[in-house]
Amino acid sequence: MTLDLDLLPDGGVPWLDASGPEGHVVLSTRIRLARNLRDAPFPPRASDAERAQVRDTVEAAVRGTEELAGGVTVHVDELTRLERQLLHERHLISRDLAGLGPGSAVRGGAALVTAGATGVMINEEDHVRLQVVKSGFAPAAAYADLERTDRQLGACIPFAFHREFGYLTSCPTNAGTGLRASVLIHLPGLVLTKEIAKVLQGLTQVGLTFRGLYGEGSEVVGNLFQLSNQTTLGKSEEELLDHLGKIVRQVIDYERQAREVLLRNAPTVIADKVWRAYGLLRYARSLSFEETMNLLSGVRLGAGLNLIGDVGVYTLNKLLVFTQPAHVARRAERGLTDPDLPAIRAEFVRQLLDEDARRKPRGGASPSEA
Amino acid sequence: MQCQRCGERPAVIQLTTIVDNTHTEQHLCEACAAQQGIQTEASLAKFPVGDLLGSLSKGAATQLPTAEATTRCPSCGATLQDFRETGRLGCARCYETFEAPLRTLLRRVHGASRHMGEPYVSPGGDGAAAARGPAVAPPELSALREQLQRAVEAENFELAARLRDEIRGRN
Repeated sequence: MTLDLDLLPDGGVPWLDASGPEGHVVLSTRIRLARNLRDAPFPPRASDAERAQVRDTVEAAVRGTEELAGGVTVHVDELTRLERQLLHERHLISRDLAGLGPGSAVRGGAALVTAGATGVMINEEDHVRLQVVKSGFAPAAAYADLERTDRQLGACIPFAFHREFGYLTSCPTNAGTGLRASVLIHLPGLVLTKEIAKVLQGLTQVGLTFRGLYGEGSEVVGNLFQLSNQTTLGKSEEELLDHLGKIVRQVIDYERQAREVLLRNAPTVIADKVWRAYGLLRYARSLSFEETMNLLSGVRLGAGLNLIGDVGVYTLNKLLVFTQPAHVARRAERGLTDPDLPAIRAEFVRQLLDEDARRKPRGGASPSEA
Repeated sequence: MQCQRCGERPAVIQLTTIVDNTHTEQHLCEACAAQQGIQTEASLAKFPVGDLLGSLSKGAATQLPTAEATTRCPSCGATLQDFRETGRLGCARCYETFEAPLRTLLRRVHGASRHMGEPYVSPGGDGAAAARGPAVAPPELSALREQLQRAVEAENFELAARLRDEIRGRN
């Protein structure tokens, strides 16, 4: 099986269009539900034959749902490592399903069905991991879509459900609702004003947790944080989402205030930071992934503060996805460890920024004014 | 200012400690602060809380009573020892086989063991589904006691009194 990501509806990343609410601070809202079949062993304990059977059952059921009926099905275990990493970089599959984690390998029966904003991972840690990703800050809209698909799927295949504990999951930390909502949020203001540690610590005290760009166990790069609910049991779906929503709104407010403080107290420093980041991205001849992420963060801040009009948030979102290692390697038809990748990445960034600058009228303080 | 501990790196953290009315102030670099167990921006970013949650579930698994360790799930054959090692249960039936220790674990991890979310009815609503049943009102006595405990812990005495009366009414 060869994977052509262009065949995926919207490349599997419709949220990149930055059309959602609070798009300058919140990139995306993702909600997932963990579900298991009542009568099959959980994927980590199942044999490959049992996993294949689960895959067939879930795939057939998924075709009966409204959202996923016309979806693309990918058997992850039949892909090359590069292709698996591509799907992971697009946030369509987890590191575990892709078999990319340390000491882990992709297992038989690992599959993905995806259509627009909705997707389902089959045979991850749980049989079914249903997810919806929306642009910007949109938990209610994401959950509405998700709930419909969950109901249709659950009416077709019997899920494991306990009278007291609710939906049963492979790891007890997901039991109950099986719901994890994460908001991918850009917090450069709080990082620059050194308020971030306080905010993150506060989050953990109110039952939220934060992760890096790639979810559990990943480091924070480019000032991007994923904020999500820590517990899944003892509260209703609405309560969990409502609580997360309230706290995220507060974090958005803190970030806004931090940006205002920066702009008021150190306008030149901020403008310089933003334009330097832009200048490097626009003209550098070699860029590592991490440097690119950090520079993109600077430019994104500038776009949010209207300091820079040469580049749109859509382009910044596209760069965030398409400059990742597997994407650059795939584009240039090179291997993942090819020494020319930083140069190829820089060329791609220049090209996209160039196109954007030509399309967009100059706004804010242009380099000649700054 | 240089770090007062290593004298090499620049001090970025001012640590104030008050012990027996004695007030001491230390200026530390990020590394030395981390060594003293002080969470800084850098150390926070390196250790996402998600990891903590993962280790918590595994850690909690190791605290489960050992008497249960030899019981096997009749459906998948998993033991509590397996769970202790992997942090993952074998199948849905494990939740019934190890119900009591798992209830304790769920309470520790989530602060509750009762599902308050959407109820679920299996396709066709067959016998097995009815036995598993959706979580419906009225709450069981054990749930009320749990709520009472929580209300007392949260010093919500008004709610606690109401719950106490309800529990008495049922007895």
